[in-house]
Amino acid sequence: MNIFVLLKSTFDTEEKIEIRDNRIDDEAAELIINPYDEYAVEEAVKQRDTHGGEVTIISVGGERSEKQIRTALAMGADKGVLINIQDDLEEPDQFTTVRLLQAFFEDKEVDLILAGNVAIDNASGQVGPRLADKLNLTCITTITSLTIDGGVASIERDVEGDTEIIETHLPLLATCQQGLNEPRYPSLPGIMKAKKKPVDELELDDLDLEEEDVAPKTKTIEVFLPPERKAGKLLEGEVTEQVQELVSLLKHEAKII
Amino acid sequence: MGKKVLVIGEMKNNKLRNVTFEAIAASKLMSKENEVIGVICGEGNLEAQATEMIYFGADRVHTIENEKMKAYTSQVFAKAIIHVIDKVNPDAIIMGHTAVGKDLAPKLASRLNSGLVSDVIELEEFGGNIVFTRPIYSGKAFEKKIITDGIIVATIRPNNITPLDHDDTRKGELEPVNITIDTVDVIIKDVLKKATAGVDLSEAKVVVAGGRGVKGKEGFEPLYELADLLGGAVGASRGACDAGYCDYSLQIGQTGKVVTPDLYIACGISGAIQHLAGMSNSKVIVAINKDPEANIFNVADYGIVGDLFEVVPQLTAEIKKMKLAT
Repeated sequence: MNIFVLLKSTFDTEEKIEIRDNRIDDEAAELIINPYDEYAVEEAVKQRDTHGGEVTIISVGGERSEKQIRTALAMGADKGVLINIQDDLEEPDQFTTVRLLQAFFEDKEVDLILAGNVAIDNASGQVGPRLADKLNLTCITTITSLTIDGGVASIERDVEGDTEIIETHLPLLATCQQGLNEPRYPSLPGIMKAKKKPVDELELDDLDLEEEDVAPKTKTIEVFLPPERKAGKLLEGEVTEQVQELVSLLKHEAKII
Repeated sequence: MGKKVLVIGEMKNNKLRNVTFEAIAASKLMSKENEVIGVICGEGNLEAQATEMIYFGADRVHTIENEKMKAYTSQVFAKAIIHVIDKVNPDAIIMGHTAVGKDLAPKLASRLNSGLVSDVIELEEFGGNIVFTRPIYSGKAFEKKIITDGIIVATIRPNNITPLDHDDTRKGELEPVNITIDTVDVIIKDVLKKATAGVDLSEAKVVVAGGRGVKGKEGFEPLYELADLLGGAVGASRGACDAGYCDYSLQIGQTGKVVTPDLYIACGISGAIQHLAGMSNSKVIVAINKDPEANIFNVADYGIVGDLFEVVPQLTAEIKKMKLAT
């Protein structure tokens, strides 16, 4: 099977967000594989181990994204592709990313594309479904289980807490939800092997695209932090008194119950 | 000049979801002059639901009734909605940022070669543009976005935009649309309902959430009692999910759901930065924790230092008492 994983580098969840020149300052931030994409990597490796074939990690990003691609290779993926737009594009949006990926996939044989259902930074949740539409692939979002038998995929997906059990066929693009699997930690031999695995780097030119082909459809005009929340009132006294006070505050001060 | 806005209605158990009415209100926030055209898809007769959309401010509503539309599937619904888009030729499309919206809106935007702004919590007209505000980094920051090319497509987060008043004297045309659906690529075999039977976590006005402090599955019971009483939903921290106390569908935080209820009651949750990202934009936060140093108290409006198993049942009893008295 030809399996591809769409991978995005995101801020480590521990990172505090700082704004400089009306954009998120990412220079000092520690990057990780988007946690939902980790489920996609793990699933891709498991499916390959069952059905054979090859797992290719593909990421649209900058130079720093190579590290996350290498981590995915250390988890067991076979090769990586970095579409590096760092020097060419200033403010890409989801349309841009999908246009680049579409160009990449033009001459590829695809059985399965896996992606996270959302990235924890911009959280647009668009790239998977948009790409599926452009590639004319069936798209299943937020999957929590995937079994492939012949060309048939039996899938469970999370729909706001309910589980939908569905059946469809390959080729397929699926976006991964928490609960799908337990992503492995890269082992030491895995990390050693990953160093020798190929990572191709592509730029706009290599994909036969001009800047205007990938011009974004949206524009961010402002980025701001929420007002800092101040610690409120710590109630005192016996539990019974505290509870009574709380109910009274919720009713009369917050007017919420 | 008003523009045409298509609002894609969404149903759950045959009733329109509140977010549909919020989407109608959002269309009017773009401009009061806008014409709001609703569309709903379903299996049976949709007249009552379509009329409800009119009462909440839609000017006319297309109904697509088809036996293959009992439950949402991406391919079938997209086909139906694209058919309506071709007919209506809207300037903008708005729907809820729900499981359906997250699945359908990117597909429509792709088909239309349009920009999509998802998970919008606020919007306004400014200098000829519609400016959308949305959380990024799970609410650690916000961005304002505009769409620079193509039809405007946006999904709005439930619970953030106030619906217009229900007015049952409003009139509007209902226009049935017929479509033929031949091939179906995805078959829904079954749907297993789980989690809370009641209110959806992302739409709940009140969330009672448990952390490691609940100590086990049974520990969630007093939380459910309180949530039921307040008409709310139960959520959890990652710690509680990882420990197997509850299902991951309840997880609130940077790798779970982001919620913005009117009232958030955190029980036995320490308040890791990832959890705070998922709930700190709630209107009022109550924290109950044994540890007075817990980080959660730094964002709580009201804090009680104590054992949740003592505090929560008393709180439930006290609110019951108050409700009886009024």
